[in-house]
Amino acid sequence: MAKRLTSKEIKRKTRQIYRAIGNTPNNFRSLKVIRSSQFPYRAPTTPKGVTPLESESKLGGDYPTKWARTVPSRIIRTATTELLARPVMNFLAKPKRTGYDRLESLDKQQAVIFVANHHSHADTPLLLTSIPIRRRKRLIVGAAADYFFSSKIGGALSALFIGAVPVERSKASRKSSDQIASLINKGWSFMVFPEGGRSPDGWGQAFRGGAAYLALKCDVPIVPVHIGGTGSILRKGKLWPKRSDTTVTFGTPIWPEEKETSRSFSTRIESSVATLADEVNQDWWTATKRAHSGSTPKLHGPDASPWRRSWTLGNNKSISTPNKKKWPTI
Amino acid sequence: MSNNRKKHPRPGLVLEVDRTTPPTLFHHGESFRLEKLPTGRSRIIYPAEPLPGLRDPNGAIQHALENPLGDSAPLSALLSPGMKLTIAFDDISLPLPPMRKPDIRQRVIEAVLDTAAAAGVDDVHLIAALALHRRMTEAELRHAVGDRVYDAFSPSGAIYNHDAEDPEGMTSIGTTPHGEEVEINKRAAESDLIIYVNINLVSMDGGWKSTATGLSGYTALRHHHNPQTMVESKSFMDQENSELHKSNWRQGKVLKESGIKVFQIETTVNNNTFGYDGPLAMLQKREWEWTLKDRALFLGMQGGIKRMSPQARRKAFNSWESPYEITSVQAGEVEAVHKQTTENVYKQHLVKVEGQTDVLTMGLPYICPYNVNSVMNPILVACLGLGYFFNMYKGKPLVRKGGVVIMTHPTPWDFHPVHHPSYIDFFERVLSETTDAVEMSQKYEKAFAEDEWYRHLYRTSYAYHGVHPFYMWYWCSHALDHLSQVVIVGGQPDAVRRMGFRPASTIQDALEIASDTVGFSPSITHYHSPPILMADVT
Repeated sequence: MAKRLTSKEIKRKTRQIYRAIGNTPNNFRSLKVIRSSQFPYRAPTTPKGVTPLESESKLGGDYPTKWARTVPSRIIRTATTELLARPVMNFLAKPKRTGYDRLESLDKQQAVIFVANHHSHADTPLLLTSIPIRRRKRLIVGAAADYFFSSKIGGALSALFIGAVPVERSKASRKSSDQIASLINKGWSFMVFPEGGRSPDGWGQAFRGGAAYLALKCDVPIVPVHIGGTGSILRKGKLWPKRSDTTVTFGTPIWPEEKETSRSFSTRIESSVATLADEVNQDWWTATKRAHSGSTPKLHGPDASPWRRSWTLGNNKSISTPNKKKWPTI
Repeated sequence: MSNNRKKHPRPGLVLEVDRTTPPTLFHHGESFRLEKLPTGRSRIIYPAEPLPGLRDPNGAIQHALENPLGDSAPLSALLSPGMKLTIAFDDISLPLPPMRKPDIRQRVIEAVLDTAAAAGVDDVHLIAALALHRRMTEAELRHAVGDRVYDAFSPSGAIYNHDAEDPEGMTSIGTTPHGEEVEINKRAAESDLIIYVNINLVSMDGGWKSTATGLSGYTALRHHHNPQTMVESKSFMDQENSELHKSNWRQGKVLKESGIKVFQIETTVNNNTFGYDGPLAMLQKREWEWTLKDRALFLGMQGGIKRMSPQARRKAFNSWESPYEITSVQAGEVEAVHKQTTENVYKQHLVKVEGQTDVLTMGLPYICPYNVNSVMNPILVACLGLGYFFNMYKGKPLVRKGGVVIMTHPTPWDFHPVHHPSYIDFFERVLSETTDAVEMSQKYEKAFAEDEWYRHLYRTSYAYHGVHPFYMWYWCSHALDHLSQVVIVGGQPDAVRRMGFRPASTIQDALEIASDTVGFSPSITHYHSPPILMADVT
């Protein structure tokens, strides 16, 4: 008696027969079709002798972020900031937030530029969760075009979750500043770290003039913010965060003065952040007196060799933690 | 498309097909085909990318009106109170596809009327210069001249379609030294000034053809719309070698000498037929530059087209309005203006091509000048391929004498009963008997041209003139005289055979059929259009 075939075996045999007679029905052919698919299912090849088009870059400074300012994206951003970033920051950074009363003088609809020192990747979520929610509804964050927007996925995540817009820091370009200026003119607030990157050694870096230029161009105030302690959480060169106490101090909004240059305005901004740092390290009165006498400690430390800068950092040793591993990983 | 590329468009391209060349797009009526051409002996001619449009078209129009070319005075100096002014404008056949609002004609006519109003001109008529084409509907007129103009002139009946069969409305002007009669619209002839507003889509348009053809009738047209003139126009797109052009110019000279004053305004548009970014943008890109979005849209469109009824498909395609941009405006004396216009048209269309080919392939789109908002019947298919596309050359035809043309189009046996009534009879009665243009012109042309029913439909309905299908066939005369075979791929066999062509189901079959006359390894050139290109063959 002939062996009774299972349905699986019947299918296999049928496929063999079809293959033998070269008349495969569609359902068996699908894989083959996919494998042998051609243009337009596959990307076309450029014929020989034709100069291919220069690909129009959509990365870096050219990354389109308009979609991330639409209402659905803003809802997602607010939700993730409140439901994800805030608890994580509260756990990791245990922030002490002060100076909100200084923002009361600002009109509710007034676009502002938040300017802060920068030590760590934690600065962005920390500052985002610290900025009052009504000023966060229409807020964009300046992010290094060459770092955050070097890939499509990175750019999309940055634009969606922190409202990042690309800022060129490695090449002279007015494109990004023009785009940001037009957004500020439309009522969007802007948050930026004018040092241009995280501190490499625990000291601050000189402020670049972009924020001052935008404030002058758009006639909006700067809100200086000092962030302290985040250097211990996720400083440059570290992959995993570490818990640490942090402070976020908002300063009094500074308006550009008439005929003020962006260079001098930038110096004023940097001084006010330094004063806030002094306020955190000392007290308000001492910091105020030092500010008036011009003796506020500089954010970017002494102009000296790296070891002396590190030495001068003194008690702020949080950036340097001993390797706990007894043996190096080979 | 980036702004930089829009500012610096690439010229046309002749691509030698090799193994790396992706399948080539062929228009196929209201559909598309992607075809692999044989490698090593095929080439594809791509049109130039769209030239940048004028940044301030209205300013350019104003400038052209006040700085005319040739021996013409500025428009404002030509206008005076109490004068009789006629503004004639191109009909629905231009541009193709119809352009997005505002139409160039609207911009120009509004500028002209502004000047006329300032000069105190009261007696103004606007005439759609359609010769023997069908009348334009109110919606079409509104699209062309704009609502403001239409609403201002329509109540008094001062905007209307030219009627070449109105015995009271036409006037004879004279005869050329070659014996060609000249007659034009009576109102235009009696006007102190005719302002002609033209759109030069191809190099054949404009010049004296605007008035001498657009405002005339059968009596004048028969002198150049005939098989002999067409065969001798090599090609009718190349003015220096076009008998059609010369005949029109002779008639224009008669008009000029009779004292008729024409202020010609000619405009050119770029190749932005399908838009830079819209759903049809891929149709004006080179295949290897199709992005993922282009391919997805193309596949989606093809899938959708397959599932649509012919009526829905036609409606969808006819709803496309091209985002053409104006590239130049010239005004003044007819010949000086047209010289400048032709140069501007050539800047966009000319592509240098070396040598002729054995087989010329072309994908015919859904539209030609005579089926806007209508059906592309088999005669129009022949006219578009063998009349228009075949003649888009300067120098020598793209295909050698005795070569083969392979066209792709569904060629349905389908006619618009309102627009093309005489086409139906022509197809049934004339083409079933002869496809020879000379024979049919002698035997049937007069009867169709003077048929009272067709005349009535032309004047009162929206029908093309009774003689129009003959002209469409004559349009093919040069190609039919030059070629040994015409093959239509994907066409309805009966309709294709009726016209004396060979039907084929695939390009490979068509090449097999062509091998009878051009051998098994012919050189092949694909004319990749639209957008429009004109081959400068050396």
